[in-house]
Amino acid sequence: MRSLARNPSYLQVTPLALVILLFLLFPVITILVVSFWDFNAYQLIPDFIFDNYSFLLTSEVTLKAYLKTFFYAFTTWAITLSLGFTLAYYLAFYIRSPLLQGVLFVLCTVPFLTSNIIRMISWIPLLGRNGMVNSTLLETGLIDAPLEWLLYSDFAVVLAFVHLYALFMVVPIFNSMMRIDRNLIEASIDAGASALQTVFQVVVPLCKSGIAIGSIFVVTLVMGDFITVRLMSGGLSASVGVLIHNEISLLQYPAAAAGAVVLLLTVMLMLSVLFRFINIKKEL
Amino acid sequence: MSFDEKNDPQTDTETPATSGKSSGGLSRRSLIKAAGALGGAAIGSGAITGFPMIWAQNIKNIKLRQFGTGVSNLNDIAQKAKEDLGITLELTALDSDAVAQRAVTQPRSYDIADIEYWICKKVFPAGVMQPMDTKRLKNFDKISPLFINGKLDEGAEIAQGTAPHTVGFTEGKDSTRFATEPTQWMTLVPTIYNADTLGIRPDLVGRPITHWRDIMDPAFKGKTSILNIPSIGIMDAAMICESMGEIRYGDKGNMTRDELDKTIEILKAAKAQGQFRAFWKSFDESVNLMSSGEVVIQSMWSPAVAAVRAKGIACKYQPLEEGYRAWGGGIGLAKHLSGLELDAAYEYIDWYLSGWVGAYLNRQGYYSAAPSTSKQFLSADEWGYWIEGKPAQGNILSTDGKIMEKAGAVRDGGSYWDRMGAVACWNSVMDENKYMVRKWNEFIAS
Repeated sequence: MRSLARNPSYLQVTPLALVILLFLLFPVITILVVSFWDFNAYQLIPDFIFDNYSFLLTSEVTLKAYLKTFFYAFTTWAITLSLGFTLAYYLAFYIRSPLLQGVLFVLCTVPFLTSNIIRMISWIPLLGRNGMVNSTLLETGLIDAPLEWLLYSDFAVVLAFVHLYALFMVVPIFNSMMRIDRNLIEASIDAGASALQTVFQVVVPLCKSGIAIGSIFVVTLVMGDFITVRLMSGGLSASVGVLIHNEISLLQYPAAAAGAVVLLLTVMLMLSVLFRFINIKKEL
Repeated sequence: MSFDEKNDPQTDTETPATSGKSSGGLSRRSLIKAAGALGGAAIGSGAITGFPMIWAQNIKNIKLRQFGTGVSNLNDIAQKAKEDLGITLELTALDSDAVAQRAVTQPRSYDIADIEYWICKKVFPAGVMQPMDTKRLKNFDKISPLFINGKLDEGAEIAQGTAPHTVGFTEGKDSTRFATEPTQWMTLVPTIYNADTLGIRPDLVGRPITHWRDIMDPAFKGKTSILNIPSIGIMDAAMICESMGEIRYGDKGNMTRDELDKTIEILKAAKAQGQFRAFWKSFDESVNLMSSGEVVIQSMWSPAVAAVRAKGIACKYQPLEEGYRAWGGGIGLAKHLSGLELDAAYEYIDWYLSGWVGAYLNRQGYYSAAPSTSKQFLSADEWGYWIEGKPAQGNILSTDGKIMEKAGAVRDGGSYWDRMGAVACWNSVMDENKYMVRKWNEFIAS
């Protein structure tokens, strides 16, 4: 007690520590424990076996699902990054009036007022074989037969991901751009840099933290997703999340838990690589 | 029968009156008032008579939580139950997998489980439910023999898979083991069942469809779908593979590893060639796939066919030579139910069999477990169309009063006996379930 009185900061961190302990560490540890259990069609059997992992790590299905997930994550990341950067750049540097800036920024968030499932599903009638896109293209004579790859394909999945997560890139990048001292841009131009040179040698390095935060959002969201992949690929392709979800829905919790642990480790590994390049704490 | 005495409704009503002296008169008066109101409702609806009034008084304020698949969790049924019995039903609809999951993992979150028989095979041994005493069900003897001994009529053959009667009874009141013979203790009281086949768009397929293998016809490349619920999808796949002549199954409802391997290989090859447009998991998805023209032939459920037709789009529930894949569901009691709530649940289940619900489900294209009682609630024309497979005399209306079929229409597949008599296999859960799911995942991820 005396040490507590001397150092009240322990008391101050207690609420947060408790929340993290209860809602993050405890569930994760439970998942870890369950991942070693055995199971049958309707029961979990407490045990300590490595079957779940040995099957997971040797299965061709896992490898395929991971490759697919990485593909989705990387493509979505690349597209949202270029989109997000461009949008944020326009908002931060081209719009002069702070009021208009605010209005346009809020406009960006309008689609987020509906549920993301609804935003996703609304693509389906648009992209279908007899959907609006195909019928317009057919009528204008640009194509002779409906484009089949518009829906239930990797294209559809990435499209939905970009639509859903672009804003997570825009917001942090816009935020870091607004903190850039405008004198630096001026100095860069005065020193004879072209517009492109200014963007890549001044703005991009100064937005590193925003880009990193946006990337964390997009990559982790895509890596853990199952519903977008299932709906937009028409169930034809499987990401890691889809596999885990399948196992959960069939009561195979230990297998699902093992899948979740491996996914968690993978994502943490990816993030630690990212943090090696960018020190977010320093940049904030 | 101490069980019956303990739960006697009479003793339960007496308890509040004797324990709280001052409130005794008040509660008695309100009970009488309630009885009057209920009596009025019963006369008004003209449906349910003959239930002893003491029950209705007792269970008036009981709330029962029922969960199950969307097919039978219908608000109209809850409303009618409220009118007839006074019970408030709280319904939750989930997909088949989620139902099985919740039944086992959250046994206190429901009072009545509305599950399919193959789910029952998974759930009941977990000890989260209690069997029902058939002696307390007045309509027990009205239940179709299909659910008692597996035979629609004398000499009928028992289909493969988890036939309902094989998991319909337990060895005793506290047993979680399924009995091989009918006993006094029933796991589920059957409510709803049907024979499933492929749905087609007759306007787009361009040729007669007669076999399960037709879904693999290269002419329909990129225009077919099967359902992605592993335990049901694998059965449709087995019907297809057997029809193709590629595999002979010992029991489609309980495949060996070798049979599973071969089946999944065939599916993977078809997927790689782009035979499938999509896989669906929910009822709505199958309706959308069909009505938007994304697919022209796919696994389908009967009300989904009706839903497509209701949009004015031609859709046929095509009977096939190899027969149907059948499924059946029923309602059962959660383990924790006791006392007044248990009485109410018994009353509700008995009411479920008494005809109104059966007729309602018949009008949706399902079959009711007690056909003789539901006949009383159907017009002769409706009975002729839905059950006897006769051409409709007048318009056939859906449960919400819209025209489903015009006069002269005949039900796809014909009569009840034609359809349920041609069941090749029941939905099931296999001994190699774990392996099957792994193989299915392999197929989806391929």
